[in-house]
Amino acid sequence: MSETSTVDQPVVSTTGLSHTKLAMWVFLGSECLLFGALISTYLIYRGQFAHGPAPGDIFDIPFTSVSSFVLLMSSLTMVLALAALQRGDIRNNRLWLLTTALLGSIFIGGQVYEFTTFLREGLGYTTSPFSSAFFTLTGFHGVHVSLGILMLMSLFISSLRGSLRKEHSETVEIIGLYWHFVDIVWIFIFTVIYLVPSPTS
Amino acid sequence: MNTETAQHEVSMDDVHDDSHEHPSDGKYIQIAAILGVLTALEVATYFVDIGPALIPALMVLMVVKFFLVVAWFMHLRFDSSLFTKFFVSGLVLATAVYVIALTVSEFWTKG
Repeated sequence: MSETSTVDQPVVSTTGLSHTKLAMWVFLGSECLLFGALISTYLIYRGQFAHGPAPGDIFDIPFTSVSSFVLLMSSLTMVLALAALQRGDIRNNRLWLLTTALLGSIFIGGQVYEFTTFLREGLGYTTSPFSSAFFTLTGFHGVHVSLGILMLMSLFISSLRGSLRKEHSETVEIIGLYWHFVDIVWIFIFTVIYLVPSPTS
Repeated sequence: MNTETAQHEVSMDDVHDDSHEHPSDGKYIQIAAILGVLTALEVATYFVDIGPALIPALMVLMVVKFFLVVAWFMHLRFDSSLFTKFFVSGLVLATAVYVIALTVSEFWTKG
């Protein structure tokens, strides 16, 4: 077979699977180690709040429950965006992509509000080992959500330009995997950090 | 070993076409509704005292939510098992490493 005719063949991977998607799964597997480290560090230091506010005194569970629900529902809108594109329904794909980005932005807004409230109540980044571990963990998660929002908006803009079509659904699926991962990390954080009873002062 | 043989080193159990039928929108909404109910149950434990069952109940609800999102929304239920193996490898490694780290830090006994 000549070199030219090989180039004309469709790309077939050695596994028969999309290697881009496989790479995303490997990346998400490695992210488990990152968030595992941050959650473990928080658990080790959550009782060390020195003279600052203790976690049990400062967490607003009803407020965080609402923002957790918002992020959870953004996983639904993300998967609906993918399903719409796979059907070739560009209009609904745009609608659900934008809704997902909006729900993610509401979650981030809630996190900014929570951080601001904590700062007003005397809990800064260096107040105590507990505060450093808490802000690092939730801050890293917030950065991940923010990057996800940027990726969703880039998909939305691509769609408006007409360059996101049915044949590009794998791109949306891969960004969707990242988005759902950010959601499952929050499922862990919400339970382990907020709902499991925390020390009080 | 020729190139053709080398390309087939990955177990054939893992190798199949990853084009697959995804669930309907209705099914996704159904899964989201279940997730919403599970979250409501989790939050209810903050207001209702269930005694020593609290931590096990929260852990079970968390794990069920995790598996629902991964299996249905991330499509691991429908995709190649190779994706599951890579992801679970990271997850198991992280769990093992940090359970050891927490044990060394006497987290389980001192909290």
